[in-house]
Amino acid sequence: MMSTLPRYIALAAVAAFVTSAASARDLTVVSWGGAVQKAQSTAFLEPFAQESKAPLRQASWEGGIGILRAKVQSGNADWDVVEVESDELAIGCEENLYEKLDWSKIGGKDIYFPQAVNPCGVGALLYSFVLAYDPAKVKDAPKNWADFYDLKKFPGKRALRSGPKLTLETALMADGVAPADVYKVLGTEEGVNRAFKKLDTIKPNIIWWQTGQKPVELLASGEVAMTGVFNGRITAAKKAGKVFNMVWNQSMFTWDSWVILKGSPNVDAAYKLLNYMSDASRQAKQMSMLANGTSNKQSIAMVDAKDAADLPSAPDNAAHAMEVSAQFWLDNFDKLSDRFTKWVAQ
Amino acid sequence: MTEVHILSRQLHRSNRPRHLASFALVLPLFAFLVFSYGFPIGTMLWQAVSDKEVGIALPNTVAALASWDGKTLPDEKVFRALAADIKKARADETLAPAARRLNYDVSGFREVLFRTARRPPPANTASVKDYIIGIDSAWSNPNYWGAIRNAAGPASLYYLLSAIDLRTNPVGSIIAKPNDSSIFIDIFVRTFEMSLIVTLICVALGFPVAYLLTSLPARLAYPLLVLVLVPFWTSLLVRTAAWVVLLQNRGIVNHALIDLHILSEPTALIYNRLGVYVAMTHILLPYFILPLYSVMKGISPNYMRAAASLGARPIRAFIKVYLPQCASGITAGCLLVFTVAIGFYITPALVGGAADQMISYYIAFYTNTAANWGLACALSVWLLLATFVLYFLYGRLVGGVAGPVT
Repeated sequence: MMSTLPRYIALAAVAAFVTSAASARDLTVVSWGGAVQKAQSTAFLEPFAQESKAPLRQASWEGGIGILRAKVQSGNADWDVVEVESDELAIGCEENLYEKLDWSKIGGKDIYFPQAVNPCGVGALLYSFVLAYDPAKVKDAPKNWADFYDLKKFPGKRALRSGPKLTLETALMADGVAPADVYKVLGTEEGVNRAFKKLDTIKPNIIWWQTGQKPVELLASGEVAMTGVFNGRITAAKKAGKVFNMVWNQSMFTWDSWVILKGSPNVDAAYKLLNYMSDASRQAKQMSMLANGTSNKQSIAMVDAKDAADLPSAPDNAAHAMEVSAQFWLDNFDKLSDRFTKWVAQ
Repeated sequence: MTEVHILSRQLHRSNRPRHLASFALVLPLFAFLVFSYGFPIGTMLWQAVSDKEVGIALPNTVAALASWDGKTLPDEKVFRALAADIKKARADETLAPAARRLNYDVSGFREVLFRTARRPPPANTASVKDYIIGIDSAWSNPNYWGAIRNAAGPASLYYLLSAIDLRTNPVGSIIAKPNDSSIFIDIFVRTFEMSLIVTLICVALGFPVAYLLTSLPARLAYPLLVLVLVPFWTSLLVRTAAWVVLLQNRGIVNHALIDLHILSEPTALIYNRLGVYVAMTHILLPYFILPLYSVMKGISPNYMRAAASLGARPIRAFIKVYLPQCASGITAGCLLVFTVAIGFYITPALVGGAADQMISYYIAFYTNTAANWGLACALSVWLLLATFVLYFLYGRLVGGVAGPVT
């Protein structure tokens, strides 16, 4: 008894370890859940699994380079292909968390928009941070971030994303900084002070949201009349019958990318999937379900004019937009995040 | 004497199989505890002091800086070591973690390091010092060199100090962080303040309930006890989400207040401190009521009767006779509520605003989003320490006091 019990435990532990190590893992694709993943699943993931006759597992996450670092460094990452934000792409590439892409396996760099090409990732979605409002709740339509910060014209609560990123930019634009100069100004001490000073003017009237769907809920429940929000969520809400409007003037666009995690046992299958997803007509199918741009240059021509008008890349929408600077946030996030945490509690 | 000795040895020997058997039975639990508590907590403690990235990437620079005075500019030798280290670190891909670590201490260091790495000095450069300062004048600032020296590793107090808003300056003395980046003391104070207020609300609401439960006949008391227990068994997430539904702008509470003409338009009951207090109190109330109830249950009504028969008025009898006997239950309940409250994460995240987040929120933030595990672990260490202090107090106050006399 004394000797057998520990031996059984040891045996069981070894058996569990051996079986988990020996069983080949299915290709695992990780995206952001909700409407985004549903569209990706319908346009790419499910048909790919059917055609390749290989099981494909899906998971979702809410971002955070810490999670990817933990998975890769532990040596037994259970994810293969992940959709990451632009700053996660840059940090992870520097830290060697992703496979360096072999573009010959996915159609060559030339079929993609140049902004969708990165040594470690290929563009997945182009989306924008826009001002959205409930027309029933405001007297006039807000036209820019200056209106968003104007309590006289638009009294009541409004919502922004909790954190310095995508918040300080709106404050500077509201204070009269041209979109092209936002990061130049924000790179200086005076610029940061100026942004926080502008935020001070509406601070008691801001509700801070964390997850992407929250601002839509806040608009729908009447908690706020306007909010900063990612465009795809608003288009999805409009398709579900809500009457919300978006302001594309001074919107901020950015790319999410697909990466293959370093050390993935399914690199070949992952490349096959990325290649499958590069197809223009399949991307057009996704765009008809989800109002976000995709990587293949040809795809946009295949989308209905009605759906195309809601894309961040539509000429009217892109005319007065700026790109979120991943590099700026890579260098300044820690400092500005501390400052934001301090400011928000004061 | 010897016979006793032999006897006890024999007894011991005959008992040994039983001891071993019971040890073998406890072994799985022990192994479970080591794996699920000991190992992660040990790793966490180590992460909070581990500081090895810069030492790995810039070993020669760190060694050359050992004799630096911390005030003047380092000499040519140090600059040459830096140039060589950066070149090698870039090839080995160890530069990025080091840059990340240095950027925590001096914001902007990351970009300085990479800018320097992109322009290695030509082989025959006369003064590498002038060349590197020419690339970025930040290298003439002792703060940057101090950051490298203080990160020499392999272990340091950097993260533990950071977590309480302190840092080490280039000369090596510990100083307060500048005001803009001192955030954690405020957050710890906020965490304790919010927990204390929730505890006090629990006392105010829980004491009458526990008293009612003890004084009612069992026929009525047990259904009421179930009303205390059902929320206790319900998922924390469900209860928190329910408060979102109740308290939001178009929620039931606001509607009721408007229909009763108490309010003319909806008031903010959620995404602020008030919402957090309401939801946390609701979740933690059973933790206060149950220990107090069990203590009150043991107090004989004869003491109150005796006090009354000796002429004490009800209030005096309550304060002088009843309350002291409840003291251990109140202390136990308070400490339990307070200890659980300081670790709260989900509830403030869902019903609180940005200024109502407690320390656990920032631990999660530094683990996942900012990916600064050293700092996340250091914050956890301080929180764990606070919990240990409370546990110690709990042992002293509750364990030390004799239970109610029966």
